[in-house]
Amino acid sequence: MSLDFEKDVADIEAQIEEFKAKNPEPTGALVKELNRLELERADKLKETYANLTPWQTVQIARHPDRPLIRDFIKGLFSEFIELHGDRLFGDDHGIIGGFAMMDDIRVMVIGHQKGRELDEKIKCNFGQACPEGYRKALRLMKLAEKFNLPVITFIDTPGAFPGRDAEERGQAEAIARNLLEMSSLKTPVIALVTGEGGSGGAIGIGVGDIVLMLSNAVYSVISPEGCASILWRDGAKAAEAANALKITAKSLLQLKIIDEIIPEPLGGAHRDYAGTMKAIRKSLIRHLGSLKKIAPKKLANRRFEKFAAMGRFK
Amino acid sequence: MGWFTKSKKTAAKPDSPKKEEIWVQCPSCKAHIYKEEWEKNLKVCDRCHFHDRLTWLERVEVLMDEGTFVELNSKISWNDPLKFSDSKGPYAEKAVENCEKTGMSESVATGTGKIKGIKVAIAIMDFRFMGGSLASGTGEKILLAAMHALKHKLPYIIVSASGGARMHEGIVSLMQMPKTCAALAQLRDANLPYISIMTDPTTGGVSASFAMVGDIHIAEPRALIGFAGRRVIEETIKQKLPDDFQTAEYLLEHGFVDMIVHRKDMKETLYTILKYTGCH
Repeated sequence: MSLDFEKDVADIEAQIEEFKAKNPEPTGALVKELNRLELERADKLKETYANLTPWQTVQIARHPDRPLIRDFIKGLFSEFIELHGDRLFGDDHGIIGGFAMMDDIRVMVIGHQKGRELDEKIKCNFGQACPEGYRKALRLMKLAEKFNLPVITFIDTPGAFPGRDAEERGQAEAIARNLLEMSSLKTPVIALVTGEGGSGGAIGIGVGDIVLMLSNAVYSVISPEGCASILWRDGAKAAEAANALKITAKSLLQLKIIDEIIPEPLGGAHRDYAGTMKAIRKSLIRHLGSLKKIAPKKLANRRFEKFAAMGRFK
Repeated sequence: MGWFTKSKKTAAKPDSPKKEEIWVQCPSCKAHIYKEEWEKNLKVCDRCHFHDRLTWLERVEVLMDEGTFVELNSKISWNDPLKFSDSKGPYAEKAVENCEKTGMSESVATGTGKIKGIKVAIAIMDFRFMGGSLASGTGEKILLAAMHALKHKLPYIIVSASGGARMHEGIVSLMQMPKTCAALAQLRDANLPYISIMTDPTTGGVSASFAMVGDIHIAEPRALIGFAGRRVIEETIKQKLPDDFQTAEYLLEHGFVDMIVHRKDMKETLYTILKYTGCH
């Protein structure tokens, strides 16, 4: 699927397809022509992706082909032992987690699950976790603390589920509890925003020693549509709201909310899973290495200082 | 001189006062009540028990021993990290208007004072300042008051009244949620009591952060308390919600508040609880 603003790229891609269909085994001048088209495609992609507006970035962050938690687990870890349930109510599919192995490093992986196919999407509420999802996440983080495993969270959610049941079971309390407990967890925590960092639903597993973002991910206090409908009284003004809210990785790095941007391959993570995983792995290995050297108590203190300093301007 | 007493005096002026200076209409049951009576009842309707919102100064009067409140960090104010503007103009202008309207620099006032002789640190949100929204200045004041409590080994009380995180400071507002909770984790580790008082409304990012992690949760009658807005939930689940959904009474039923306390009994209740936590 190509996005509206990728029309130039899509046109060339269509040309390439047509050319390949006409010339299944190109030789001589035809090879040159194919190479020229491929180069043109790369140039167009580069141009398009170098000048993305915040609203276009939102669309990439929500792209249906963008890698999801299961893809990250498969692409980054050699083993994954999924753990289920919050021991209080049930097992939420909006957040999954478990033990995982990256090279020879044992870690606890936790992340939002949006689901790929429709039935899967429905099962996990399109990545909108319920209180039991946040409570499962906390249970796994406490396990990680107990067994000295670093925690890696993958954030990709439109927001926490706004449902009657979720409210009755304490959506607010579940998120609040996670914020408090994560801030003092005595093991390293790395949070990576991979797609949509949707407000409280995102920060609910996002209190990290290191907070990373993929270059086309977004992270915001409210969705651009939600903000537009409240402050512009017009949901269609989402592009303007996206601009005003400063939700791109670049803006968040400038605001010192995140620590590092992980560059996605040319044309976005959805075009190149392997390249995306390689970039993430490199960053995670480096940060796991440096966090390992810090004593757990000191780590928790540093994490407190880090978040305490956010929004301190004078 | 106290706020409520002051008002009583104004109401008693001899010149022929306008109608609205004598009567108050209860926003809930629409009953007409003598202003003097309304204020004597701490802005609670004696017919339907509706608790109207209080300003932070009124709240100080209701909760603290007279003359004991000392404000902390009153200079900390709103910030504009995003240089935010919406269809109605720049956030900076709106913020200045709110400062002028309320006499506050942010949506919360913090300080120390005494409750029947027990010294406490307290943060009081005020809904008049941009809907009591949580932004950088709010979070910073709440954190610093917690640090003051930690340093001086005081119990901490937060009175919430907020629609949630302030959009105009974007992601920086969102980060005040972990920031304030991180401060409360420090109090927990020091075994200092933290009492959360939820007043109308306590929703969104405030309910999903400091308001919901108290040792004790006290709500005012019929206060709106919840995470998502009613309309959003109804649109999501395609169902009408019960009338009492997200009220203090509903939350008590579902196990998220310890007690619902009438405003006139709040100070006494706080004192009793503080005694049990070992404060004196």
